[in-house]
Amino acid sequence: MTDLVEQDAAAVTPSPASFPGSHGPAKSRVRSEAFARRLRARHAAERRFRLAGAAAVALAALMLVVLLGSIVAKGSTAFWEARIRLEVTLDPAEVAERNYAPILRRALHAQFPQVTDRAGKRVLNDLLSSGAPYELEAMVAKNPALVGTTLTVWVRADDEIDQLVKGRYRRDLPESERGLSDAKIAAADALLASGALAQGFNTTLFTAGDSREPEQAGIGGAIVGSLLTLLVTMALSVPVGISAAVYLEEFAPKNRWTDLIEVNINNLAAVPSIIFGLLGLAVFLGFFGMPRSAPLVGGLVMALMTLPVIIISARVALKAVPPSIREAALGIGASPLQTVLHHVLPLAMPGILTGTIIGMARALGETAPLLMIGMVAFIVDVPHGLTDSATVLPVQIYMWADSPERAFTERTSAAILILLGILILLNGTAVILRKIFERRW
Amino acid sequence: MQLTLLALILALLAVIGFMTGRSRAAASVGGRVAELHSVPSYHGVYVALWAGLPALLLFVAWTASEGWLVLQLVLSSLPERLTTGDGQSVALLKADILNIARGIATGREPDPLVQDAARRYAELRDLADWSLLAVGASLAVAGLGWGRHRIGPDLRARPAVERVVRVALVICSMVAILTTVGIVLSLLFEALRFFTVVSPLDFLFGTHWSPQMAMRADQVGSSGSFGAIPLFAGTLLITVIAMLVAVPVGLMAAIYMSEYAGRGVRTWLKPALEILAGIPTVVYGFFAALTMAPFVRSVGEALRLDVSSESALAAGIVMGVMIIPFVSSLSDDVINAVPQSLRDGSYGLGATKSETIKQVVLPAALPGIVAAVMLAVSRAIGETMIVTMASGLTANMTANPLQAVTTVTTQIATLLVGDQEFDSPKTLSAFGLGLVLFLVTLCLNMVALRVVRTYREKYD
Repeated sequence: MTDLVEQDAAAVTPSPASFPGSHGPAKSRVRSEAFARRLRARHAAERRFRLAGAAAVALAALMLVVLLGSIVAKGSTAFWEARIRLEVTLDPAEVAERNYAPILRRALHAQFPQVTDRAGKRVLNDLLSSGAPYELEAMVAKNPALVGTTLTVWVRADDEIDQLVKGRYRRDLPESERGLSDAKIAAADALLASGALAQGFNTTLFTAGDSREPEQAGIGGAIVGSLLTLLVTMALSVPVGISAAVYLEEFAPKNRWTDLIEVNINNLAAVPSIIFGLLGLAVFLGFFGMPRSAPLVGGLVMALMTLPVIIISARVALKAVPPSIREAALGIGASPLQTVLHHVLPLAMPGILTGTIIGMARALGETAPLLMIGMVAFIVDVPHGLTDSATVLPVQIYMWADSPERAFTERTSAAILILLGILILLNGTAVILRKIFERRW
Repeated sequence: MQLTLLALILALLAVIGFMTGRSRAAASVGGRVAELHSVPSYHGVYVALWAGLPALLLFVAWTASEGWLVLQLVLSSLPERLTTGDGQSVALLKADILNIARGIATGREPDPLVQDAARRYAELRDLADWSLLAVGASLAVAGLGWGRHRIGPDLRARPAVERVVRVALVICSMVAILTTVGIVLSLLFEALRFFTVVSPLDFLFGTHWSPQMAMRADQVGSSGSFGAIPLFAGTLLITVIAMLVAVPVGLMAAIYMSEYAGRGVRTWLKPALEILAGIPTVVYGFFAALTMAPFVRSVGEALRLDVSSESALAAGIVMGVMIIPFVSSLSDDVINAVPQSLRDGSYGLGATKSETIKQVVLPAALPGIVAAVMLAVSRAIGETMIVTMASGLTANMTANPLQAVTTVTTQIATLLVGDQEFDSPKTLSAFGLGLVLFLVTLCLNMVALRVVRTYREKYD
């Protein structure tokens, strides 16, 4: 290293002769050629190193683009769903028996007068979603005056037809590899040609609970479950976390005991999340006998998990408040607690808020601990209370990712897009809050 | 219902206590507030605390013990043939009573005696809840009266209130310790039950993992073998792959961002990396299973390699990507903590930027970087979703990254998801694995945190 640098000093000199006291021209030329070569090599190494750094950043950015791109490509179509137009006649007798499926079937068969055999009719029946009769039923329940009339309705198509319309089946494959029969494709094409099959905005995705049928599955239940869980998490971890931070930063003596607490908190922040799930399973479900799959337990586990995050960020925020503020408050006779509550805490609040939002975002995206406490149950209903069975958005994504139906891949991606949207919103809020309230003392 | 009512009553009484305390304090000195020892609102809080706190403590203690006490009461009234037996049948009986009382169908026609017990249990719970309401409300009213009685010019309300607040603060800071204790105890307790069935040596050094237990004695192929070495090997393999991706990329990205990138680039790159860090792991898992695994497979097939559809490589690469921002932000911190004077000294000697970084900055930052890598390793070991979704469940003992492997976390997740009895070694083995996982990550974290700590003090 040392001799390298010495030689460089000579090599950098542009023309040795022009400087008084420099080396002789002949000797210098011989050395400078070697030096120039070495310098070139060093500069090349410099460029390579810099390029490697840029490549690393580019690679990370590329992965982000590929990840988001592939999910958008897979999921963006889920916000539309295929619907079939039917001319239904609501026969009062059938309506009275709540027998809506035959009504729909008849209306569909009427569009294909050439189909008379049973097999052909069965193909046609399969075009409709098994949830379509319930749609019609809901329509009638809302407006009983419809009974006995003939009207045009748009009902949900089966998920296979939905995927076909979105071009997710390869038509060039032989029938056996495609997974969708030629007869169905022909029927769907006929409907498409007549304009009786079209795509509309998919409200089901946002309002419905889980279902085995992709076209009837939605994330409404999971969103409510996530909200309830997050509510419990927030109600517990925010006050406790801030209190703990205030105690440790403002009041705690510096001794082995508080040192232990501090090491503990740092450790807890790095404990694998699934361990918190085991804790929840053994303590909350096993020992206290709380209900499985409930947002209450999920929220408790998440609260314990986010607590260290909140404590650490709140302590940083409290530390950033300059001592002069405390001294001024104490100087005019405030008690230590008044100093903290009236002066330090309000000033630290924006920082604490940022940490809290980030902690909540993490809790919102967490899956593994919730698997342990049974939030993977198949739940169709939207939960109404903290002890109802529920699932949350990431777990719903996990469950859908396992489903073999093609249409679930699309819905999984859409649910991921929605989850990421919420998370970016939360994190963005945190960044903006930090920008707005950033204060240099 | 009663509990909500009680909570409402308590809140109402606390508000009333605050109002009366404040006004009574002011009245006691004829409105000359300066003569009071404490500001009137402290008197208000004082009374509110007397009204709310004792009742709240009672409420917590009562609700924590009520279910258990009532259940014992009900059990003791049942005939002995039901309540005596091994632990499992009693546990089942308890679960039945609770489920019927809550109105959950148990799936089979229950014993009329059990149904009776469940009814009695529900009645007793109801009775207990109502009496809690009565006792709690009267306690709150009594507290309110007592607190109000104490109000006077000389009452040291502020110190009294502050004492309570401080105790509350201390209790809050103990929650972290309690959590750790809870983790250790629950893992240890269940793991010990597991180790009474399976010897710890077989568990730690056995090479065959197949947790399916035989339902019948003559069943084939479900011997229940709990050698965890294949899981450790799988975890290690995936962690190594993840680190091979995350450490070079993360470190170089950190170097580039802290040493080369201009302000404008930094303001865009840092948030982009933070987005990568904020993506839920289940999303990475989905990406690994649906995009990365087929990609790895098709590349492998093009090279005429035998790639299984769920390969360790795909899971490891995606996990590496997940950990990149973690490594880079921690390394960024330590690199920035290296004082500028060291760099200036190096430049002064004529070194180029990359030479300065390689020979001055990185050696100075090395302990911090090592700590960052250790934390990253601990994260990779503890990561569940990616492997669960992308690397399969087959316990393979292989160093070939193109094969499917399974990891400790994946096994924990799959062993405990779904319905299962709590006493079987299969379920309990998850806690054994959890204990190992906890201890390993704990050691890594402890060492890393200590290194970071000693390192930080150097330049401060």
